[in-house]
Amino acid sequence: MKFIIAVIKPFKLEEVREALGAIGIQGITVTEVRGHGRQRGHTEFYRGAEYTVSFVPKVKLELAVDEHMADKVIEAIQTTGQTGQIGDGKIFVLPLEQAVRIRTGESGTAAL
Amino acid sequence: MSFQLFTKRLALAAAGFGLTPLFASAAEAAATVNKGDTTWMLIATCMVVLMTIPGLALFYGGLVRAKNVLSVLMQVLTVFSVVSILWVIYGYSVAFSGNASAALNPFFGGLGKLMLAGVTPASEIGTFSKETNIPELAFVIFQMTFACITPALIIGAFAERMKFSAVLLFMVLWFTFAYLPMAHMVWFWAGPDAYTLSADNLPLISSLVGADKAKQLLDALAAATTDDAKAAVLGEYGSLVNAANGYLFNLGALDFAGGTVVHINAGVAGLVCALFLGKRVGYGRDPITPHNLTFVLAGVGLLLFGWYGFNAGSSLEANGLTALIILNSTLAAAAAALAWTGGEWIFRGHPSLLGGASGAVAGLVAITPACGFVGPGAAILIGIAAGFICLWAVVVLKAKLGYDDALDVFGVHGIGGILGALLTGVFVNPALGGTGVTDYLAAGTSVATAAYSFSGQMYAQIMAVIVAIVWTAAVSVIALMICKAVTGLRVREQEEREGLDLVDHGERAYN
Repeated sequence: MKFIIAVIKPFKLEEVREALGAIGIQGITVTEVRGHGRQRGHTEFYRGAEYTVSFVPKVKLELAVDEHMADKVIEAIQTTGQTGQIGDGKIFVLPLEQAVRIRTGESGTAAL
Repeated sequence: MSFQLFTKRLALAAAGFGLTPLFASAAEAAATVNKGDTTWMLIATCMVVLMTIPGLALFYGGLVRAKNVLSVLMQVLTVFSVVSILWVIYGYSVAFSGNASAALNPFFGGLGKLMLAGVTPASEIGTFSKETNIPELAFVIFQMTFACITPALIIGAFAERMKFSAVLLFMVLWFTFAYLPMAHMVWFWAGPDAYTLSADNLPLISSLVGADKAKQLLDALAAATTDDAKAAVLGEYGSLVNAANGYLFNLGALDFAGGTVVHINAGVAGLVCALFLGKRVGYGRDPITPHNLTFVLAGVGLLLFGWYGFNAGSSLEANGLTALIILNSTLAAAAAALAWTGGEWIFRGHPSLLGGASGAVAGLVAITPACGFVGPGAAILIGIAAGFICLWAVVVLKAKLGYDDALDVFGVHGIGGILGALLTGVFVNPALGGTGVTDYLAAGTSVATAAYSFSGQMYAQIMAVIVAIVWTAAVSVIALMICKAVTGLRVREQEEREGLDLVDHGERAYN
């Protein structure tokens, strides 16, 4: 099993979700986050005060998937989440040791 | 503004000296109260209340961080509550009654109207037209709303760091020793009817200069055959009446709705507070940004609406001048909003909502002293000047001098007020579309427009600005030193980081 974390632009969320649904992904967790990579935020002016906002709003997706789905998921996120502009985000893939469905107690891939 | 309840004063004198009541009612027949003026004054009063709560509260509340929004709302509400009560106890008397001491009278009123002594629903007071009165209580409540909003304006300067107890003590001291004398100096005068030297007006004249002197002046006027001789008698009478007026009023300083009394007064006090308290923790390093600009625009909308009551109510009558004032106020606010955002667009790249909202307030501040003295074209020019100059003050001047005037009370109200006071002196000129200065001194109920003198008018305006700055700065420094000794000025650094909502008031705005 793989645990996939993707940080994407917020307005790309719906496209990415549809693409993941199309390849059969059923479960996804979404969090609104802030951060920065090479894209270094923006400047805001409030009367005389000027502030550089280093942390840009992003959306973080978390998915637990079966081994054979991982590459498809990565491809779906990479293609639909892309604008070609700086700040499109990152995808991280981790090995996943265990998954348990709380309602039934099923574990492993059956719980995904 | 006008305010001496002559008929009332006369009635009291008549009772005291055993004169016939008929004598008093003769004067009352001359000046009348009409329901149109009265209705407008009552509505205008309610509108100015809306300016403070929630207009100013939302404007300031939206500009601070989420952890301090309640402290600002609470300070505005509490200052309003305290001052409205002090106004009735002694404020009205000190601002708008005569002082028996000739030395003090130009600066402070007397204590004859403590707890509104002698002011009843039947009491009347003059407006700006001869033989036109409004109920004195309408004037009392209208002026009460001015007294309430002015100290509340200062809250923006020390927002997010001053102790609540210190805020309250400061406000009581500042209201008493800065607001009341300024209101007295600028707005306390004998009223239009006092300047009518005529036998029909004998009761009022006698109440002002004494019965013997009144008879002597009327005889002299009757005996005068040439215009010069008549003018000399009128001039002598005028100077006797003027002796009862406020200091800046007699200088000829024009301040229609409170440029010096409200905006320079509060703006300079704000600057002193900002300098005295020092900067907020993290100022210039941490992002200290407005937490809700939607509140800010809602607050400015209520301020604009209420300002119509503030400016147009200051005419004390409902007539064409009142309509001109509403027009001028709108034009100045609009022109300044456009100028401020235009300036931002040119120099910073973005026309911001906060800039537009700040500009509208700056324009309203600057038009306040001018609103009933200038034409619509001048109102637009005053607005444009206020937009650019106040933008410069909050962006360039504040950064250069390095003080932390949290919500720009000085930059908007102080600078805008000074600008408005000076431009009033320029644009009151009838040649520039202004109304000119009314000369009420006459042997009949007629009035004339006094000849305009640029140097004379500007001297009066500049003196008024200087007196306002020096007076309010001195009172503010002393009041802050007293607060420092009694309550301490600032919350502790850790408390400031937590936010005043929790520390001072034990609650949070957003849960």
